[in-house]
Amino acid sequence: MKKLSFKNHIALPLLGLMCVFATSCERGYSDDIDVATFPVSPDIFTDNPVGLTDEFFESFDPATGANTEGFGTDDNVAFKGTTSIRIDVPTPSDPNGGYIGGIFRDRGDGRDLSGYDALTFWMKGSTTASVGTLGFGSDFEENKYAVSINDVELSTDWRKIIIPIPDPSKLTQERGMFIFSAGSQSTNGVGYTIWIDEMRWENLGTVAQPRPAILAGQDQTAQANVGVEVPLGGLTQTFNLGNGQDITVNATPAYFDFVTSNPFVASVNDLGLVSVDGPGEINSETGLLENTATITASIAGVEAAGSLTIEASDLNIIALFSDIYAEVPVDNYNGFYAEFQTTQGFNVDEGGNEIIDYTELNFVAIEFYGREGSGVQPIDASEMTHLHIDVRVNESLDPADFLTFELWNNFTLGNAVSGGFTISSGELATDQWVEFDIPLTSFNGLTATDALGALFTISDATIGAVSLDNIYFYSEN
Amino acid sequence: MNNNKKVIQSLALLTLVIAIGGIVASCNPDDTQVVTNFTNITMEDNFEAGETPNPAFWSYELGNGEAQGIPGWGNNELQFYTNRTENVKVEDGMLKITARQESFEGFGYTSGRILTKGKFQQKYGRFEARIRLPWGQGLWPAFWLLGDDNDGAEIWPNIGEIDIMENRGQEPTLITGSVHGPGYSGGDSINKDYDLVNDRFDTDFHIFGVEWGPNYINYYVDDVLYNQITPESLEEEDVDAANWVFNDREFYIILNVAVGGNYVGFPSAETVFPQTMEVDYVRVYSAD
Repeated sequence: MKKLSFKNHIALPLLGLMCVFATSCERGYSDDIDVATFPVSPDIFTDNPVGLTDEFFESFDPATGANTEGFGTDDNVAFKGTTSIRIDVPTPSDPNGGYIGGIFRDRGDGRDLSGYDALTFWMKGSTTASVGTLGFGSDFEENKYAVSINDVELSTDWRKIIIPIPDPSKLTQERGMFIFSAGSQSTNGVGYTIWIDEMRWENLGTVAQPRPAILAGQDQTAQANVGVEVPLGGLTQTFNLGNGQDITVNATPAYFDFVTSNPFVASVNDLGLVSVDGPGEINSETGLLENTATITASIAGVEAAGSLTIEASDLNIIALFSDIYAEVPVDNYNGFYAEFQTTQGFNVDEGGNEIIDYTELNFVAIEFYGREGSGVQPIDASEMTHLHIDVRVNESLDPADFLTFELWNNFTLGNAVSGGFTISSGELATDQWVEFDIPLTSFNGLTATDALGALFTISDATIGAVSLDNIYFYSEN
Repeated sequence: MNNNKKVIQSLALLTLVIAIGGIVASCNPDDTQVVTNFTNITMEDNFEAGETPNPAFWSYELGNGEAQGIPGWGNNELQFYTNRTENVKVEDGMLKITARQESFEGFGYTSGRILTKGKFQQKYGRFEARIRLPWGQGLWPAFWLLGDDNDGAEIWPNIGEIDIMENRGQEPTLITGSVHGPGYSGGDSINKDYDLVNDRFDTDFHIFGVEWGPNYINYYVDDVLYNQITPESLEEEDVDAANWVFNDREFYIILNVAVGGNYVGFPSAETVFPQTMEVDYVRVYSAD
C-alpha cells in the first residue's frame, strides 16, 4: 500500500473498480484444489457472434422441415450498435422448410456459466406472434442441461427476454449458448421476421424465489409391476423476476436431485427414470408389507413440488390407457355417436402425463372391437378380475351426479351382453384423482368377458367435465 | 497468495469508503440539506427472547379496522389481524409477521400488526429496522410511524404519518418512503421510491431508517441516504409549509403486513402464501 501514490482522486475509484473485479475473480476458488476452469465470457452476440462456432447458426435437421435459409444478420436493425440477428420464419409450405430453428454453440470446450443467473437478449418481431421455443443448453450432443421456454409473445417493439438458469452451479462447462424454434402456427401460416440483439449471460441478482416441480407439481400414484420403468415428466423451475413476474422454464432431469423413499421398491436415476426394482419388504417391527416408494426431487436444495408414489404389485395387466403399462391397441378414446352424443375430448398431455379429458359429457365410449374393419382385436378378459380406473371430476359436484362405467362383450354383435357399475357423487372429488378397482363381477349383466369391445362412461350430463387415467384390467398373480 | 489477498482486501475497503463518501456527497446537492447520524440509543428490540413480541414495547392491533370505524383499515385491505403465533411470533432471533390465506372471522386472509403506541414514543431521532420482506402480488409490508393522537383528540392525517418503508410485493426491487399530513395524505402523500439495483428486498435483510429532526426527515436504505423531506417539499406540492406536522409531537412505531388494498392491488392466483416479513431488530436513537 505504501508504495502506491495517486496523482489525483479520480485514480482512486478506478483502482477500486479494478479491485472489485480482482476480488470477484477469486470467489469460488480454493487454495487447496486445482480445478480446471472454463472461460466465463458473457457475450454471445453483440454486433457479431462472440466465441461461437464458425457456423454461428447450426440448424435442426432439414429432414424435419427445418429451413436453413432464413437465418442471418441485419445491418439495418439493431437494439444497440449496428447489427442484429435476423430470423425469417417461413410459411408451412416454404420449399426450403416450413419452420426454422437451431442452436448456437460455444466454439471452445464450453463456458463456465456458474456465475450468471440468466441468459438475456432483446427481441422484436415484424408482427405480434408467438415464438415456439427459446432456450439454451442444447449442444446437439447430450443436451444434458437443456432449458426452454415456450410460446413466447413477440412484440413489434424491442423487449428484453430473460431465461433463468435453473441451477447455475451445474453449468461449469456448457457449450449450448442458445436454442430457438419458430413456425407460423400463431400467425395462420403467414411468415414473419424476428430480430434478436445483445445476447449474453448476465448475473441479474433479481432472479429469485425458486420453485422447482416434477410431474407438473402433482402428487401422482401408480401401481406397477417389478421391472416396469416410468420416466418422470413435467420437470420445471419457476422463478420470480425483478419486475415481479413469475417465469417457468422447462428443465432437463440433470438439474434435479432425485430420491426414493424406499429403495427396496423403486429407484430413480439421474435421467429421472423410475425403475420398479422389487416387491418391497415386510417391516420386522410392524409385520406389515412396505411395498410403496415415493419419488421426490429437488434443485439446489429446494424441494420440488410433485411426487410419484409407486406401489409395487404383481399383476397380470391388460391396459387400455396407461403411461406405465404397454397398452393394447384400441379403436379410439371417443367413439363419437353423432346425434345422441355431446361428449367432446380425447387423450391429452398434462404436464408430461397423458390423460383422457372429456367435456360436455353425456356418454362416451372407448372402443376396442375392430370398428370399421380396423383390425383391433376384442379383449379376452376372462382371466382378469378387476377394472382399474382413475377419475378426476373437473367441475363442482352435486349430490345427484354420477358416473356409470359400462362394459360390452361382443359389442355390436347379436350375442352382445353388457353390464354397468355406477359411482355416486359422494365417491368422487372435484379436481382430485380418485382411484377405483372395480370387480368385473360387479358389472351386473356382464355374463361374458372373453371378447370385451367397448367401455362406456355415462353421466347423462350430470357431470360434464371429467378426466380419466390408468385404465386397465388386472388380476393378481 | 495470502499477501495478495490482504492487499486486495485493503484496497476493497478503501473503495468502499470512497463509495460511501461518493454516495453521501451525491445526496447532498445543496447546503440546506442536513445529514445527521444519531448514535444515542433509546430503544432496542432484537427479538431474542420469548415467543411473542415483548409487551413492554409492543401491543397488537386486531381485526379489520371495523372497530376503529375504518373497515379494511381505510384502504380496502383484505386481511384480519390476529395475535396468534401463526401470524405474529418471535423465533430464531427474529420477529416474524406472517400473512396467510385462510378463512377466518369471515375474511380470506390473516396477518399481524404490532405497534408501540403508548409504550414507546419519541419525537425526533433515528428509527431503523433490519428487515427481509415477503414477496408476491398483493402483499403490502410496512415499517412506519404515526403521530400521537392526544388520546383521540386529533385524527389522521393531522397527526402525521412517516412511512419509513412500504413495499408492493409485486415490485421486489422497490420500496417507498413517505410522509402524510394535512393536505398531503393517501394518494397525495409526499414520497420517493428507492430501487435496489441488481438485488431485491425479499432475498436478504436490509436496514430501513429515517433520521428525523426539526424541519427534516432523511430516508435511508442501508447506508444510502436517498431522500430528504422538509417543509419546502410540501410547498413544491402546493401545500402550505405550515402543514408540516412533524415538529410538535411524539410518534410511535408500527410493523405490519397487509394483504390487498388500494395501494398494492389484490393478490393473484400466483401469489404464494404464507408470506413472512422477518424483522431482525428495531432500534431508535435520540436526536441529541
